[in-house]
Amino acid sequence: MSQATLNIRRISGHAGTPPGAGVEREEQVCKLVDTTTCIGCKACEVACLEWNGYSFRETVFQNSYQTMPETAWNYWNLIKFDEHERADGTMMLLMRKDQCMHCAEPGCLAACPADGAIVQYTNGIVDFQQDHCIGCGYCVSGCPFNIPKFNQHTRKMFKCTLCSDRVNEGLEPACIKSCPTGCLHFGTKEDMKELAETRARQLREHSNFDKAGVYDPAGVGGTGVIYVLHDVTNPEAYGGLPSNPRIPWVVKFWKGPLKWIGNLAMIGGVIGVTLHYLRFGPKQVEPEKNGDGRP
Amino acid sequence: MSVAILRYTLNERVNHWIGGLTYMYCLATGLAFWSPYLFWLAVILGGGPVSRFWHPWFGLVFAASVFWMHKTWRRDMLITSVDRTWSKSIRFYIRNEDQHLPPAGRFNYGQKVFFWAMFYGIVLLLVSGVGLWFVESIPWSLRWLRYLSVAVHVGAALITIGAFIIHVYMGTAMVRGGFTSIIRGEVSPQWAKTHHRLWYEKVTGNASPRE
Repeated sequence: MSQATLNIRRISGHAGTPPGAGVEREEQVCKLVDTTTCIGCKACEVACLEWNGYSFRETVFQNSYQTMPETAWNYWNLIKFDEHERADGTMMLLMRKDQCMHCAEPGCLAACPADGAIVQYTNGIVDFQQDHCIGCGYCVSGCPFNIPKFNQHTRKMFKCTLCSDRVNEGLEPACIKSCPTGCLHFGTKEDMKELAETRARQLREHSNFDKAGVYDPAGVGGTGVIYVLHDVTNPEAYGGLPSNPRIPWVVKFWKGPLKWIGNLAMIGGVIGVTLHYLRFGPKQVEPEKNGDGRP
Repeated sequence: MSVAILRYTLNERVNHWIGGLTYMYCLATGLAFWSPYLFWLAVILGGGPVSRFWHPWFGLVFAASVFWMHKTWRRDMLITSVDRTWSKSIRFYIRNEDQHLPPAGRFNYGQKVFFWAMFYGIVLLLVSGVGLWFVESIPWSLRWLRYLSVAVHVGAALITIGAFIIHVYMGTAMVRGGFTSIIRGEVSPQWAKTHHRLWYEKVTGNASPRE
């Protein structure tokens, strides 16, 4: 949902500079998910559905608390449950709220060909503008977190907006509002980083989680959603959170060097045949009688 | 002026233009998705969502057309020893010094290379295009297939575009009479004798000695 265009930092598929880029400066916003205090109640899922006006989806029983395998176009926020066996043989139930990470360098936006279908606001929120979306699905290939989902009926892509409509009005996202344990926090990136680091230090020093840390992957320039993990060296255990997410190199190559190579080759081809015509001209048909075909 | 020779049957011509027009639609909409500076192509063709909707369907028609060409022209397009000799003298062809070239059959080496570039190009475009069309059906664990689809689709498209530029240039500006032949089907005996002497001799039974 589009808000003030002056608050836009990046626009997908856009020829030239984004209008108003850098005119207004805003604090980076950030959501902090402390997986160590999450109880898997799914209140955040319900709040997300309620605020965004979607109804509950059909569930899939997988012999676990997992209600469905992954997020959907109308289900942007899903807790991933993992039964994790620790080195000492004890069991831990890992619970991670999965949603769009609002990357500082968004792969979806880099891959998107439609002008203005994906925008990044100066506050860091990456938002899909469905009225500009052409439904090509390139964002699916660009995203390192498997987040954008396609609505077959409207042929548009959807994902978590970080409640950009609420944030724009000075409210916190709906999921944050609903969390009963306080494992979800919302504020500036700086504040959330500090809070997360404090919590991770507390876990390391007082709770016997000596690998506890903060997940804010540098490969995508940091994210607008950060996690506190009991074991930051093994994010994959938390529902397949990638340990080093990056924009796929194919997407980077395609949108970078290949664009130039391709453009030069195509323009070169047109210029080449034009020059050929100017230099050599058309082929002549040999006259009926013998001859070498030259006029 | 003797009687004209049939070079392309009506079926061949109709199919060529089904292929040509659907390719050009895919080219225009594809270029729109390729670069923001060309997105206006999608706008004049009815907008981004409409272009995205039709692009794969036109692509399927184009593929069907190319497969039909393959069925019809496969034998004529086989690269023979005549072509290999011809290809060594291709510089004469480029400089319009055709008198130094060995005679060609129904299609010369360049046309055959164009045909096979387009044929293998569309096979790659079709397979990778299905991957892009149903990208969400490729499971996350096989996501390298999503990336491969993008790379192959773009790479194959660029190769066909290069071939297409040369094809259009030669068929319209460079080889006069070629464009008429793919519209009305006929060429003059002189045209056939100049450009495709072996084919001319075969269809007329007129083996006139060269030079």
